[in-house]
Amino acid sequence: MQGFDVTAILLNPQLAGMLADGFLVTLIIAAGSWVLAMSLGILLLVIRLLPSRIAERAVRAYVSYHSNVPTLVQLILWYFGISSLLPSGLQEWLSEHHAEATFAIIGLGLCQAAYFSEDLRSGLRSVAAGQEEAARALGHGYLSAMRYVMLPQAFRNALPALVNHSVSLFKNSSLAMAIGVAELTHAVKEVDNQSFRTFETFLIATIVYLGCSLILMGIGAWLGRRASPIGAR
Amino acid sequence: MLAQIFSIIQDDWLLLLIGQYPNGPLGGIAATLLLSVLGIALAFPLSVVVALARLSPWLMLRAPATALVYIMRGVPLLMIIFWGYFLVPLVIGTVVPGFVTMVVALVIYEAAFLSEIVRAGIQALPRGQMDAARALGHSHIGAMRYVILPQAIYNMTPSLLSQFVSTIKETTLGYVINVPELTFAANQINNRLLTKPFEVFALLAAIYFVVCWSLTQLANWLERRVAAKRAGKGGAHAPVNNGTPLAAEP
Repeated sequence: MQGFDVTAILLNPQLAGMLADGFLVTLIIAAGSWVLAMSLGILLLVIRLLPSRIAERAVRAYVSYHSNVPTLVQLILWYFGISSLLPSGLQEWLSEHHAEATFAIIGLGLCQAAYFSEDLRSGLRSVAAGQEEAARALGHGYLSAMRYVMLPQAFRNALPALVNHSVSLFKNSSLAMAIGVAELTHAVKEVDNQSFRTFETFLIATIVYLGCSLILMGIGAWLGRRASPIGAR
Repeated sequence: MLAQIFSIIQDDWLLLLIGQYPNGPLGGIAATLLLSVLGIALAFPLSVVVALARLSPWLMLRAPATALVYIMRGVPLLMIIFWGYFLVPLVIGTVVPGFVTMVVALVIYEAAFLSEIVRAGIQALPRGQMDAARALGHSHIGAMRYVILPQAIYNMTPSLLSQFVSTIKETTLGYVINVPELTFAANQINNRLLTKPFEVFALLAAIYFVVCWSLTQLANWLERRVAAKRAGKGGAHAPVNNGTPLAAEP
């Protein structure tokens, strides 16, 4: 067994390069699915606010499916299952354009959208009803009351949950390795197989993941402080 | 398509249910549930210790517990599983099956998340509970054991159940290190049929959905019950059930 030496990996251009490439893919997958999840989450919230029973049931079914089926199974279903139902022309185009990464972003994004929309909804519900009535009484229309009075408070209430779920999304990007995406966890396996320095490789990846998660949590705490009303600090 | 899904169920229901048992290791839904139950049951006592350490006035206890929680919150479970895969044989000195690696990883991961639930449960109780128990002559540990924890644990049963559902979903990661559980069984079926990936994995998703959705409904029902009990009886008659706080109320 070789002695502990992190530099054997960090100073080896090939091994360090593999880890760096993996980390870049992790960031792309996480950022892409976050943008998809947040836009879809807001859209789901808007649909749910429509005065329609069918719209509400549809959103509830969406949330229920995505929160009761494991994320990994959703990714596998997208990559192996749903992709096989697509027209063959589209399948070929996808397989030439990083199909696994595309489906990872779609799968993770659609899954996390369910959580984001629930976070936003409970944030909105925790704003006192009097706030909207007061805003309307002061002459705001529905949209303007939403924009200037309700949503800023809803966002502030939802912030801790949104941050937690963003960290989960970042961590869940590691699941993409199961469908063959060459992200950080995937790179860790490869570097481990080539260098036989398991401990060092795992340690580097763990510190990278932990560092990014802590930065996300820190940004969340900072946003939370900025967003709280002056009296409540 | 539905007909094909039914024919998969007809041919392979036993594999999906118990894997290759008794001719091979236990797998399928049975292994998934066993993994989750073992994970939560072993993690729970550990999580109470971690929660008490996090609330402790001594930095010596608080610092490592806080570090553990932040590490588990910040590192993907898949990395923890890899660590277990690498470290457990080194520590024990012998090769262990993937099932054991998976249980170890789940216990450590879940202990950190459960400890946050336990901590919140303890902190949600009115301060007067601790003060009254101390005034009646309990030591800090006695007050925790007989007054605080029984109430806190009763109040957090719904959250514990939700965490159990999360654990069921997390056992799917065993698939990556070839632990024979439900996702692994579905993958075996898919590898044999080759032409019906959508049907096989849609069935897989449906099975997880039925199991997790039912347990989520149960957790919601328990939550309403616990909330109603707390609102109805107030602080004076805290809902302790003869020292068995986890049992359902009659």
